[in-house]
Amino acid sequence: MSVFVDKESRVIIQGFTGQHATFHAEEAMSFGTKVVGGVTPGKGGATHLGLPVFDSVAAAVAETGATVSGIFVPPAIATDSLLEAVDAGIQIAVIIADGVPVQDMVRTKRYLAGRSTTIIGPNSPGIITPGACKVGIMPSHIYAPGRVGVVSRSGTLNYEAVSQMTGLGLGQSTCVGIGGDPVNGTDFKTVLQAFENDDDTDVVVMIGEIGGQQEVEAAAWASQYMTKPLVCFIAGVSAPRGRRMGHAGAVIAGDSDTATAKLDAIEGLGHAVVRNPAEIGDTVLRAVKEAGSGPGSAS
Amino acid sequence: MNIHEYQAKELLKSYGIPVPPGEVVYSDRAAARVAEELGGSRWVVKAQIHAGGRGKGGGVKLANSVGKVTDLADQMIGSTLITAQTGETGKRVHRVLIERASRIDREFYLSMIVDRVSQKIVVIASAEGGVEIEQVASDRPDAIHTEYIDPGVGLLDFQCRKVATSIGLANRAASFTRLLKRIYRLFRDKDCLLLEINPFIVTEDGDLVALDCKMQFDDNALYRQSAVAELRDFDEEDPKEVDASGHGLNYVALDGNVGCIVNGAGLAMGTMDAIAHHGGRPANFLDVGGGASPEKIANAFRIVLTDPNVRAILVNIFAGINRCDWIAQGVVQAAKDLRIDVPVIVRLAGTNVEEGRRILTDSGLSVIQAADLDDAAAKAVTAVSEVAA
Repeated sequence: MSVFVDKESRVIIQGFTGQHATFHAEEAMSFGTKVVGGVTPGKGGATHLGLPVFDSVAAAVAETGATVSGIFVPPAIATDSLLEAVDAGIQIAVIIADGVPVQDMVRTKRYLAGRSTTIIGPNSPGIITPGACKVGIMPSHIYAPGRVGVVSRSGTLNYEAVSQMTGLGLGQSTCVGIGGDPVNGTDFKTVLQAFENDDDTDVVVMIGEIGGQQEVEAAAWASQYMTKPLVCFIAGVSAPRGRRMGHAGAVIAGDSDTATAKLDAIEGLGHAVVRNPAEIGDTVLRAVKEAGSGPGSAS
Repeated sequence: MNIHEYQAKELLKSYGIPVPPGEVVYSDRAAARVAEELGGSRWVVKAQIHAGGRGKGGGVKLANSVGKVTDLADQMIGSTLITAQTGETGKRVHRVLIERASRIDREFYLSMIVDRVSQKIVVIASAEGGVEIEQVASDRPDAIHTEYIDPGVGLLDFQCRKVATSIGLANRAASFTRLLKRIYRLFRDKDCLLLEINPFIVTEDGDLVALDCKMQFDDNALYRQSAVAELRDFDEEDPKEVDASGHGLNYVALDGNVGCIVNGAGLAMGTMDAIAHHGGRPANFLDVGGGASPEKIANAFRIVLTDPNVRAILVNIFAGINRCDWIAQGVVQAAKDLRIDVPVIVRLAGTNVEEGRRILTDSGLSVIQAADLDDAAAKAVTAVSEVAA
C-alpha cells in the first residue's frame, strides 16, 4: 500500500517544460514513477520527454486521469498553480517552492474546505514511496523499499535520517516532506494518521524542528490513537530565540517552541526521542526490533 | 522584515488609523524645529531602533520644553541603546521620533498575527495595555481576547464589536470597528506577519490613537511589496547576515566557535545539534541552499571566517540537487583565495560524492574528511579543543 502515492499513481508535472521540472521529471521516471504528462500554460499540444503537454491542469486530468501533481513553479506563481490543481480535482498536490507568502497559504487552506485535495508542502522536498513513485527533488538512490514511514519538515534532514536507516538495512514505506513553512498543506498529525492506517508501515519516524507545536500535538494524538511505535527528532536544540533558522516556520517564539521543550513533551507522551541527529537510524532500529518485525525489508 | 516605529505609524496614518502628530529627525536642531512646529507644551522623544524594550532602556523620554527636546535628541542620536532585546552590545541610534505628548485616559493592547495553529489571521486584544503581552498571557490569560478571522469573508463587524466589548470599549464600538477593519485591510494589503499596537489608547478627549506600533512583514512576500521592501534598514541588521543574503546564503550568527557550512535549513540545525551533542558550540547557522556553486561555497567560507571566534569549520553537505564535486571545488577555491588558518572538516554525502572526495584528496589541502554526521561533529569538536590547547 504505502501512503499518498504508490506505483499506480498517475502523476503530472506543473511547470513541466521548465529546467528544474524537466530534470526532476526525468529522475522520477527513471525511478519508475508513472508520469503521464505535464502542464505549461501556452504550450498545450506539444510533447515533452515523450509525454503530452497541456495548457491547464483540468485538461491534463481529463486526458490522462492523473490524480497526483508535482508543482515545480517559482514561488510567485505557486499559489495559483496549486489552486488550479485543487480546482481540477487533483488528489495529492506536491508543492516544492520555498518562498510562498504565508497569507497565500492562509487563503489556500480556506479554499480547500469541502474539497478533497491533500497538499504536501510548500517548501517541501516532496514525497517518495521507494521502488514505486517519487514526486519531489530528493536523491532517490539513498532510499530503499521497506516498512518504516518517515515524515519530516526538512529535505536534507530527511536525507540524513533515511541514509542512516538504509545503511542499517531499514527500508522505508513512504517518506513525506511536509515542508518548513509556518502554514503548510498537511500537518504531522495527518501523516501519522495515514501511516497508522497503512498495512505496509510498522514504525514511524517524525522529524520536526523548532517553532510551533505541531509535532507535540501529533505526538499527543499518537499516544492516544496510534498502535505503531513513533520515533521523534526535533532539530534546533542549539538555536537561539527569535531568530528564523532558514525555514520561515523555524522560529522560537515562546518557551514551548524550543527543541528541548518539544522533545521533553514528546518523551513525556511515551514516545522514543532522539537527541543527537546522528543516532536517528540506531533509535529506529531499536524501535523496529522492539516491535518484533525484524529489519524492515520489502513486503 | 521589521521596520521602525515611525515608518509603521506612517503606514497606519495612510490607512486612516490615528497616530500622535510627530516627525522623525536626525539631529537635535531638527528636533527643536519639529517640536516648535508641533506646538503644545509636552513632547515625547523616542529612539528609533528595531528592538523592543526601549522605554525601560531609556530610549523613550518626556520633555516639557523645546530646550529639553533638543537636549534629549542630542543625547540619544549617536548613542548606543541597550534594552532587554538588543543584547549586551546594544543598538546605535541614528534617528529619533518627536511627537506631541498624548493625554492618556486608558491604555489597551491590540495586535494581529498570522497564527500557525489555527492557520488564520487572529486579533489579540487586552484591556491591559502598555505592558508585555507575554507577561499578561502567563499571569492572567483571561485578560486576553482572541478573535479568528475567516479568510473567506474577512473581519466582520460583529467580531469587532466583540473585541471592543471584551476590552471595555462597548461605548465606542462603532469607531473601534472602523479602526480594526482598517488595520485588517493594511495587514492583508501589505503581507504583514505581525502588527502590534501597544499601547493603543483612548485620549482624555475620547479619541482612539495608536501610541506605539511594531510591524513585521513576510520576507516571502517582499517580491510583491516593493514599497515595504524599501523601508528595510540595513543598519539594523548584522552586516554578515546582509552580506550572506546578498550571495544567496542564509546565515545567522551565534556565540560558539565551530563555524558551520551546511545545505538545507533542517540539516544545518541538525549539524549544530550534533556539535552541541559532542560538547562543542556552533558559531553560526549557515544554509547554502540548493544548487550551490563553487563561488557560493567560497563566499560561505569568507563570511564564516569574518567571525573572529571561529576555531574550526565544519562543512556538512548531503547533496540532493546539490553536487558534491562542486562543493569540493568551492572548498579548494576558498583555500586558495582566503587565508584559512583553522582546521576544516568536510563531510560529503549524496550526489557525486566519490568525485567530491577525490577532488579534496587530490588537492593536497589539509582538509579533515569525515565519514558521517557523527564523525564530522566529533572531529570538529576535537579540532577546536586541540587548537585551544
